[in-house]
Amino acid sequence: MNLMKTLLTAAALAAMLGGSAYAKTLVYCSEASPANFDPGTTTGGNDFDASSRTIYSRLVEFKHGGTEVEPGLAESWDISADGLTYTFHLRAGVKFQSTDYFKPTRDLNADDVIFSFMRQQDDKSPWFTYLPNLSYDYYVGMDMPKYTKSWEKVDDLTVKLTLTEPNAPMLANLGMDFASIMSKEYADQLAASGNLADLASKPIGTGPFQFLDYQLDSTIRYAAFPDFYRGKEKIDSLIFSITPDATTRMQKVIAGECDVMPYPNPADVPALKANADLVVLQQAGLNIGYMSYNTTQAPFDKAEVRHALNMAIDRDALIKALFQEAGAEPAQNLIPPTMWSWNSAVNFDAYDPEAAKKILADNGVTSIELWASDRVRPYNPNFARAAELIQADWSKVGVTATITTEEWTKYREDGKKKDRPGAFQIGWTGDNGDPDNFFATLFSCSAIGVSNYSSWCNESFENDIQKAKTTSDMAERTKLYEDAQVVFAAEAPAFLLAHSQVYAVTSKKVVGYQMDPLGIHRFDGVDKTE
Amino acid sequence: MFRYILNKLVLIVPTLVGITICAFGFVRLLPGDPILALAGEHGVSAERYEVLKVQFGFDRPIWEQYFRYVWNVLHGDFGISIATHRPVIGEFLTLFPATIELSLFAMLFAVVVGIPVGIFAAVKRGTWPDQMLMGTALVGYSMPIFWWGLLLIILFSGMLHWTPVSGRIDVQFFFKPVTGLMLIDSLLSGQKGAFQSAFSHLVLPTIVLGTIPLAVLARQTRSAMLEVMGEDYVRTARAKGLKARRVVGLHALRNALIPVVTTIGLQVGVLLAGAILTETIFAWPGIGKWMVDSIFKRDYVVVQSGLLLIALIVMAVNLLVDLLYAVINPRIRAQ
Repeated sequence: MNLMKTLLTAAALAAMLGGSAYAKTLVYCSEASPANFDPGTTTGGNDFDASSRTIYSRLVEFKHGGTEVEPGLAESWDISADGLTYTFHLRAGVKFQSTDYFKPTRDLNADDVIFSFMRQQDDKSPWFTYLPNLSYDYYVGMDMPKYTKSWEKVDDLTVKLTLTEPNAPMLANLGMDFASIMSKEYADQLAASGNLADLASKPIGTGPFQFLDYQLDSTIRYAAFPDFYRGKEKIDSLIFSITPDATTRMQKVIAGECDVMPYPNPADVPALKANADLVVLQQAGLNIGYMSYNTTQAPFDKAEVRHALNMAIDRDALIKALFQEAGAEPAQNLIPPTMWSWNSAVNFDAYDPEAAKKILADNGVTSIELWASDRVRPYNPNFARAAELIQADWSKVGVTATITTEEWTKYREDGKKKDRPGAFQIGWTGDNGDPDNFFATLFSCSAIGVSNYSSWCNESFENDIQKAKTTSDMAERTKLYEDAQVVFAAEAPAFLLAHSQVYAVTSKKVVGYQMDPLGIHRFDGVDKTE
Repeated sequence: MFRYILNKLVLIVPTLVGITICAFGFVRLLPGDPILALAGEHGVSAERYEVLKVQFGFDRPIWEQYFRYVWNVLHGDFGISIATHRPVIGEFLTLFPATIELSLFAMLFAVVVGIPVGIFAAVKRGTWPDQMLMGTALVGYSMPIFWWGLLLIILFSGMLHWTPVSGRIDVQFFFKPVTGLMLIDSLLSGQKGAFQSAFSHLVLPTIVLGTIPLAVLARQTRSAMLEVMGEDYVRTARAKGLKARRVVGLHALRNALIPVVTTIGLQVGVLLAGAILTETIFAWPGIGKWMVDSIFKRDYVVVQSGLLLIALIVMAVNLLVDLLYAVINPRIRAQ
């Protein structure tokens, strides 16, 4: 009986693909298996690619290929003068996906929006703990519980968010993956049948593709959602073929077994570029690699010393050695130049070992602890190599650096301690394209002990970023962040390395695929020629 | 015979206890922390960290965590994955058939090629074919799996286009797993070309995973054959005027196979270890790849239970081999 049932399901699913081989299918060789399909509960880019960006939509969306916010499920919104109330006007007639496990009886309404957020906020809700050991890490990480006072339904198509204090980056937060809108009707159906966990394994959304099947660690299948509110996608089916090894992924795209692959090995980029059947896309990533000086510990408590250490490093040579053929853009500011408010007037310390040597000698700096980890990060492919090169540069100016190497998770744990000695290599990949996500997350006073690895708390900088957080006037926010960058450059709490290049490779047959500065991989608007 | 089996079964108990301690202990000796690994780039605040620690039960004394784990395992509860929130046993059972399929083929490849090569080398002892074959076997034994796998992919898939690069079947074929063994499922699906596709996907990973056991079996068969070929009964058989093929194939080989069978059993552990790398290179959705992913995520629950389940399988296979050994070697039964 079971066998019969399985065979029937398989036949039904195959039929949904619409004649399989003749349907327009796009194969994406993803780099890892998704933890599950509920974007509120996961934190990895590969999790989001497989769930929020395919199956779900949000109130607001990021422009394809950019970081600006545009209308999504909300066709418009009003923000009160005091910045505390956001009223969203929902698009009428938005359909939820209909599958063999759920048939929606109504369109999207305010209840769905409220449910999507409150399940992550309200610890009394059964959805707060619907999976074993669940935690809504991104919701908490973006301080949503702190800022959210209430979500209210004004009418079916109007929903109001009230904040506890003004927070201008909120709109960008609502475009993030954890803010994906789920169906309350479906959740209620699952709750009634006692199958709550299905919310994470049998997803229902309003996004461009609907979920068909997931074969653990192997393949995820989607079909274009015919009633997608922005119109049905041009490709009929989308397949994620999970391929963790970068060299294998590259061979698959060369052999035509996949149409799009993320994250090639940087060393393979020239060969891929030379292949006439492929297109190599590249973009400055929404990231920054840097090295934090603990400004509360001598000798890093003096800005003069921090500048001198920066000046002693041959940054161009360092970037070339680390990023090789892949290349990277030397950072002038903490935020990348693709982000609004980037201050073009600010320049990072120029390489000047002679001047550095004198300042360091005057201050009696002779030894420093230098930290490295074993993990490859997009903003720094080799911490250990970087440490060796910096060590060599510093030795030329009379400073002996001792390298401490630790495993990644322990490394970050030790690195954020307030009394950590030395210079600590780290970096950041942005979440939502808002400058606040870089400045406040990495260098605000309240981030000390969490993600402010420099333990740097500067009054003038703090004033700028806190003020920018509470005003929704874009011109004023821009000015404040520009000023914060001037303060940052003068105080030099960190050595700024680079913004890395991010790559993706597609077959020539793929049309309309765009790199995304947020590091996500989107397939809406993509087509394939035969 | 009964005593023999009983002895083997009794020995399993302390081995299992040892394995639970190792599996539980080693994963905790790894630097890093599952909560921080889960939190991603953001990290977690100290307060949130404490909350999660209590939620996952990591705040309890280590011995309590251990006994709780053993107690649960004894009740058939292998825990819930920290990363995916799914039951470990469910994920294991879903992925294990892929590993079985690959390991079976790798072993078949090793036996079908390794044993004849060993016999041939023994018969031709000291000649250049012997030296060449044993030299090649030594190279095979020393081959780093990762490098070997990539080399074959680049040559046969990338340059010659003879085999697919990775996965278990072409993505155009779509059917729900019935047995979890892709060759059988592809036949059951009735889809044209599915079986051929599944088979072609098996070729390279089979060769890569089977290389080391093949080399070991070839060398083991050769030395076992050489040993028995010096025995009196072989000389007698020859003296009787039996054909060389009959002497080697019947009189020598049957006795030489006894240590070879033991070696095959021991290679199961080697295969499962090799599967970790092979599955990662070939994107083969089995338990090897699953374990690697879980180690990177510091998913203690999956790693400790996965190790235990794998150890159980290796022990079961070894027990089976011991029994088989008794069947093919009457002297063991007599003891």
